[in-house]
Amino acid sequence: MIEARGLVKRYGPTTAVDHLSFDVRPGTVTGFLGPNGAGKSTTMRMMLGLDRPDAGTVRINGKDYRDLRSPLREVGALLEVSGSKAFHPGRTARSHLAALAASNDIPRRRVSEVLEITGLAMAAGRRAGKFSLGMAQRLGIAAALLGDPAVLVLDEPVNGLDPEGIRWIRNLLKSLATQGRTVLISSHLISEVAQTADQLIVIGQGRLLAQTTVAELSARSQSLEEAFFQLTEGSAEYSASSIAYQGSLP
Amino acid sequence: MTTATLTGTASMATPGYGLRSVARMEWLKLRSVRSTAWVLLVFAAGLIGLAILVMAHQHWATMSPADRASFDPTEESFAGLAIGQLAFGVLGALVITTEFSSGMIRATLAAVPNRPLLLAAKAAVLAAVTLVAGEVLAFASFAVGELVLRSPAPHATLGQPGVLRAVLMAGAYPALIALLALGLGAVIRHTAGAISAVAGILFVLPLILVPLGTSIQNSVGQFMPMLIAENSITAVKPQSHTLSPGAGFGMLCLYAAIALAAGTWALARRDA
Repeated sequence: MIEARGLVKRYGPTTAVDHLSFDVRPGTVTGFLGPNGAGKSTTMRMMLGLDRPDAGTVRINGKDYRDLRSPLREVGALLEVSGSKAFHPGRTARSHLAALAASNDIPRRRVSEVLEITGLAMAAGRRAGKFSLGMAQRLGIAAALLGDPAVLVLDEPVNGLDPEGIRWIRNLLKSLATQGRTVLISSHLISEVAQTADQLIVIGQGRLLAQTTVAELSARSQSLEEAFFQLTEGSAEYSASSIAYQGSLP
Repeated sequence: MTTATLTGTASMATPGYGLRSVARMEWLKLRSVRSTAWVLLVFAAGLIGLAILVMAHQHWATMSPADRASFDPTEESFAGLAIGQLAFGVLGALVITTEFSSGMIRATLAAVPNRPLLLAAKAAVLAAVTLVAGEVLAFASFAVGELVLRSPAPHATLGQPGVLRAVLMAGAYPALIALLALGLGAVIRHTAGAISAVAGILFVLPLILVPLGTSIQNSVGQFMPMLIAENSITAVKPQSHTLSPGAGFGMLCLYAAIALAAGTWALARRDA
């Protein structure tokens, strides 16, 4: 269970997250949606104690993230900001996971387990900096699963995965939710999220636009995407000009 | 298919993370990157190499009486500290700045949200590694230096007054510079910036004093880390305008403590 109450985050004159409140419930996959720059990543960073909110609180299983005693066993996180990964490029996948596991007293054999689960067992001894985008993503997911947590917070988990990888992560997330875990995944693509999530939290310009379900949202218009565009209209960070581009080639 | 292993061996009761488990993470991180081995290699080569170079080229026969009187065979064998301090300064900075440059800091802080504890664990592991390596190589370069020094130049032995203290402090000095660099790295966050700051404090600050005249050089210079290393803590023969070995060592500990306090404050206060 994740509870956000009145979250505010400002960067100078811009308000990235503006009095945001929502609940993410266990036993289901919740999609966290919004156009680029809507404040999804910032909100997730506040959930994980990486950024401090200017106002409001976000609680995970009733606790502030910074008060968790064994964070990896309670929350699994995948965070990626502007292309930089959450691992040292010179370290092997196994060393990276082993170091993180040590911090929370997670047994060493769990490292091999998550390498198996994410299909990285064969690449465990390779430097993570040489990984493809898809493999890097799997390593991030492996780190999120290390502590077998009841809550998962995944920023753009589908990023960089090939079609087989996308199908794998969808099934993984659904099975995690079926086990009663809380699963939050962010995306800016409604079509992608609709394949995995049942619950939706839609934000734009840092404000809550809707807390709904995929079924309810798609009933609002002739298509799910159309309904999503109507909802987020006017809150996109950069809107393309409606005037058609007229070429000036001779 | 995957559900069977999802609830695996991780779900055992635990009292929570602490300095011990976080230090174990930092130890695993430190030894699993190549830069650590390279820095240790440069450190060892610098200390031993310069000890040989300097001590093998002491020509007692052609020395002036004044040079003979001030010749300190202990201090001379630590000429390599000039390289060694920078090597460990780089290591100390890298321990925290590569976390920020790679994005690893997010994974680290998600695992260990207690930031002062994280920096304390990093400092403990860094101090242990650099102190052990520093002491081993301080004794080695002292031994090698006395070995290649030719008679009739006077030799130092560990039994002579002040010599053991000088060797021990020479080994501790680069570890203190590593801690200073860790603190600066936690404030600056960028590898190049942090290493520049360390190099600036070690090498550039003493140069700035030169045009300010002898009296300022004498009064302020004695507080410069590199001059403390040269003239206070590794010196057996007392020199003018320098701190005593104890006071010099205390100053170095103070510098490292201030940098670590600033690093802790910056890490705890700023968004990651």
